[in-house]
Amino acid sequence: MKVGAREYSLWTIAIAIVLIFALVPVLWLLSISLKPPSEITDGRIIPAHFSLENYKSLFEGGWSDSPFLHPLVNSIVIALITTAVAIILASFTAYAIARLEFPGKRAILAGALAIAMFPPISTVGPLFDMWRAIGIYDTYLGLIIPYLTFSLPLAVYVLVAFFREIPWDLEQAAQVDGATPWQAFRKVILPLAAPGVFTAAILVFIFCWNDFVYAISLTSSDDSRTVPAALAFFTGESTFTEPTGSIAAAAIVVTIPIIVFVLIFQRRIVSGLTAGAVKG
Amino acid sequence: MEASAQRAETPAAQPGKASSRTKSERKLAWMLCAPAVIVMLAVTAYPILYAFVLSLQKLDLRFPEQTEFIGLANYGTVLSAELWWLDVWNTFVIMVISVAIELVLGMLIALVMHRAIFGRGTVRTTVLIPYGIITVVAAFAWQFAFASESGFVDNLPLIADEKNWFGGHISSLAVIIMAEIWKTTPFMALLLLAGLVTIPDELYEAARVDGASAWQRFVKITLPLMKPAILVAVLFRTLEASRVFDSIFIMTRGAQNTESVSILGFNQLINRLNLGLGSAVSVLIFVGVVLIAFVFIKGFGVKVEEGRPGG
Repeated sequence: MKVGAREYSLWTIAIAIVLIFALVPVLWLLSISLKPPSEITDGRIIPAHFSLENYKSLFEGGWSDSPFLHPLVNSIVIALITTAVAIILASFTAYAIARLEFPGKRAILAGALAIAMFPPISTVGPLFDMWRAIGIYDTYLGLIIPYLTFSLPLAVYVLVAFFREIPWDLEQAAQVDGATPWQAFRKVILPLAAPGVFTAAILVFIFCWNDFVYAISLTSSDDSRTVPAALAFFTGESTFTEPTGSIAAAAIVVTIPIIVFVLIFQRRIVSGLTAGAVKG
Repeated sequence: MEASAQRAETPAAQPGKASSRTKSERKLAWMLCAPAVIVMLAVTAYPILYAFVLSLQKLDLRFPEQTEFIGLANYGTVLSAELWWLDVWNTFVIMVISVAIELVLGMLIALVMHRAIFGRGTVRTTVLIPYGIITVVAAFAWQFAFASESGFVDNLPLIADEKNWFGGHISSLAVIIMAEIWKTTPFMALLLLAGLVTIPDELYEAARVDGASAWQRFVKITLPLMKPAILVAVLFRTLEASRVFDSIFIMTRGAQNTESVSILGFNQLINRLNLGLGSAVSVLIFVGVVLIAFVFIKGFGVKVEEGRPGG
């Protein structure tokens, strides 16, 4: 098909608009984070002078005094643990749903869907009260439990969609050869399911990394506060300085790895996000 | 229920063993599902019931000795408060405007990703960036862009000098809505793209032969065939938008009357430690979400079980 010059330039404009729309806020944060503290309020789109001062201030004081290191480690550990547990539990459930016949299957899918629609703020009060009563308020566990709950439906959908595509004849062949259903699951299906599992893991990780409501409601100190909550409570170096520069630098530090991640795994993320979105 | 229909897929080669196999299969299935089901119920069903119990009490953690059962009085307090209805209105405005704009933008981006003659991969990669970014970070980015001290927006051409964006109700809401749209349009676009790719190209070819314009092809072919995908995407985004919290908390903390119902619930529960009143707000939000879902599923006939949950 011949492409006219007019069509070509129209698409160029359309694509350019999408790119600008998606990238400008991130570039703006990058620009602020690279300005020396005295020039942060100059309103220039491109910094007049470049400086790493804001990044340095994030890590100043080392492990004990840095305002950023504890939340960063908390975020990473909490997201990783949640992802691992969620994927294990969701794989079991998704296997049963995609593969086995049992009463209650539809109820589980409908329940997972209902939870995906559930407003988290409605559970904040009870959890706040319960967690304080049983002593897991302001701990990793106190955040991991609600994160598990709200990431399981997502993980189950994605995995069911992937598991339904797996050539199950192989499993039957293994069972004919004498494998138990459990062995067939572990030795034949798990390796085949790895790409779907990985996709679900990325989505769960991003979900935990992003949460804010629970992170500010169920924590009270740097012992378990994650990055989004810590950013909201950032203060300037002294009472008279605005924390704008440090927030921008911290935002860039937590955003760059996600962007790299998204660039590398974009195909998986797209297939995961749209898994089961359309029948067919 | 549907066991007989799907049973046919598995070979019925061992008639004698069938019933014991069915039994062990059920047992295995329930064992595999149990942990996830328990975790999901533990933090949703139980807390919402507990929230209901709390909402029937006068319960302020600052004055625990005054705790008593007061029936539905907390609901009366919330529903007769002007603040609650202002917040419901704000939430509704943010929800409707952001989802409507997202739908249009998402459709345009989906069309670009589907039809562009080059650069599709670039577009798809780039729109995933807002999706991956922490909502709080996105909120800061927009706040810094519009803030009168550090922002660049005021310096752009066509913008009145020194406009204090966070000083007024409408302009604050506009910036919040813009941040929401930026963050969630990619998700909408990807869901719509998934619907778009299922439409057979032959339909467009046939319409083109019959002399239909691009707009006619979009209205007569694309839109009707994508209706299910559009409804599912709109339902999910509407529910998500109804719990808007992060952007408001970061940008205004509810100043200039920009509070949403989620912010109100948070303030009552966590800042004021008024678990009774806060729980009444929580339960009302829950009821609101159920109503929205009900309207979509019964009113518009969204077939959710064929949609998102991969079912």
